[in-house]
Amino acid sequence: MMQQQPAASGVATGAPNVAVQLQDVTLRYGPKIVLERCSLECRRGQVSAVIGPSGAGKSTILRLVSGLRRPDAGRVFVDGEDITDSPERDLIEMRRHMGFAFQFAALFDSLTVAENVAFPLYEHTKLSKSEVDKKVLDTLASLGLNDVENRLPAELSGGMQKRVGFARAIVNDPSILLFDEPTTGLDPIMTHVITSTILDIQSRLRATSIVVTHDLPFVFAVADYVALLFEGSIIEAGTGRELRQSSNPLVQQFLQGSALGPIPL
Amino acid sequence: MSALRSKAAVPFDTLEAAESATRGVVVRFFEYAGGLWYLLRDTLRYTVTLRFRPREVLQQAYFLGVESWLIVALTAAFTGMVISLETVEQAVQYGLQDFIGGSVAFGTLRELGPMLAGGIVFAGRGGAAIAAQIGSMVVTEQVEALQAMGVSPVKALVVPRVLAAVLMVPLLTVFADIIGVYGGFIMAYWRVHLPPTVYWHSVQTTVVTSDFVKGLIKAAVFGMIVALVSSYEGLRTEGGAEGVGRSTTKAVVVSIILIFVFNFVLSYALFG
Repeated sequence: MMQQQPAASGVATGAPNVAVQLQDVTLRYGPKIVLERCSLECRRGQVSAVIGPSGAGKSTILRLVSGLRRPDAGRVFVDGEDITDSPERDLIEMRRHMGFAFQFAALFDSLTVAENVAFPLYEHTKLSKSEVDKKVLDTLASLGLNDVENRLPAELSGGMQKRVGFARAIVNDPSILLFDEPTTGLDPIMTHVITSTILDIQSRLRATSIVVTHDLPFVFAVADYVALLFEGSIIEAGTGRELRQSSNPLVQQFLQGSALGPIPL
Repeated sequence: MSALRSKAAVPFDTLEAAESATRGVVVRFFEYAGGLWYLLRDTLRYTVTLRFRPREVLQQAYFLGVESWLIVALTAAFTGMVISLETVEQAVQYGLQDFIGGSVAFGTLRELGPMLAGGIVFAGRGGAAIAAQIGSMVVTEQVEALQAMGVSPVKALVVPRVLAAVLMVPLLTVFADIIGVYGGFIMAYWRVHLPPTVYWHSVQTTVVTSDFVKGLIKAAVFGMIVALVSSYEGLRTEGGAEGVGRSTTKAVVVSIILIFVFNFVLSYALFG
């Protein structure tokens, strides 16, 4: 479950059903405040989605959770561990159990598709080459990627690159999955495939997923809980139904995609 | 009096700004040196614990070393030839033709070989390539992807390049030494018909093995400096294509400056 947290410090952080927690997090990029006293919880084994206008700081939340950014204030907890000040060595260990699908795939352009997807397996498992090859091909096939394993990323379309990045994120069966705009740029069929894959992972691995997206039909199809981020803070959180029924004009404007309302253009 | 007048003429805020700028430069220098030191420390840690992919080291060795042979050959040949060209006629005029081979070999093995192969050529070709590759990976989030997978960019990107450089630059230097000395011989023979036996006898009696070995030590240090500085600049890249360009330029400039500084320090320590 994802919900707004009270701003006060000392909030319980060790709840066993909470996989990820941000507690009063503030983050600045230079003079710009990206997140300000932002708090949220993501329950274990559920899909949590963060939605919000462009530039609201959604992707930054994923980077905080993976330890790629450190907050200027506040705390970040993953699996009950406070990672805010963890040394890089500990963060590297933690990230081995995470999968991160980047918005623009971030594939290694000097490696083939198969080598990209196999990368985390060779780094973190002792599987034999044949086992790795099988797992890579199975994962690619589950995303509709057949006969592309020997191609370089530059030879693929944007949508295919995105799916390869997705395959690389899930191939290691991580316990926490982070998706940055997973369906942006995909056609409706592939959006459906991605949706099914996320739901399949949830039921198979009981993984905790955090999705950052603008794709509202996708969010309401996969997310157990949804949070709306606006001007660096979570202003509303709940189930999809709760959000749709919200009386908050910010929420209604965003969900309806209206140009009129409190969210400035 | 004039000094007092000129001091008084400087506005207070200008002095303050100059002081602040000086402090800024000093802070930036130590930040940079500290960053390089931490990168070197992590590189050594992954290297001594053998946490790197040998295949990646070989790939980098091929790209950074083997593919540089032609440019090293050309620069070494022409530099050896130009030294010989400048000195050979004066040497003959003063009856010093017996020293031509020795002087060319002495300068090439101790200074020109390592400086050309390890310094100028490797910084220009290898250093620029390292900074551009890693910088491009930063701006396309590939480095973040590595980190997100629990893989250290130092281990995956920096260690193979530094090891390849430390391995290949001395080999390129051997190549440069041979070609440079032969280039000198060709020019001496062509200009004053210096007999080969005189040239090679001079080489044999002037240079000793330690000149050659110490030159290779310098080359290995230069290779490490270039690979380390270029990786550091690549990892610090910000912005898009413009940022990659800035990092690449800075990597080459800083590498060459450091090579000249370390060349003096190493020459003093090894030959002084």
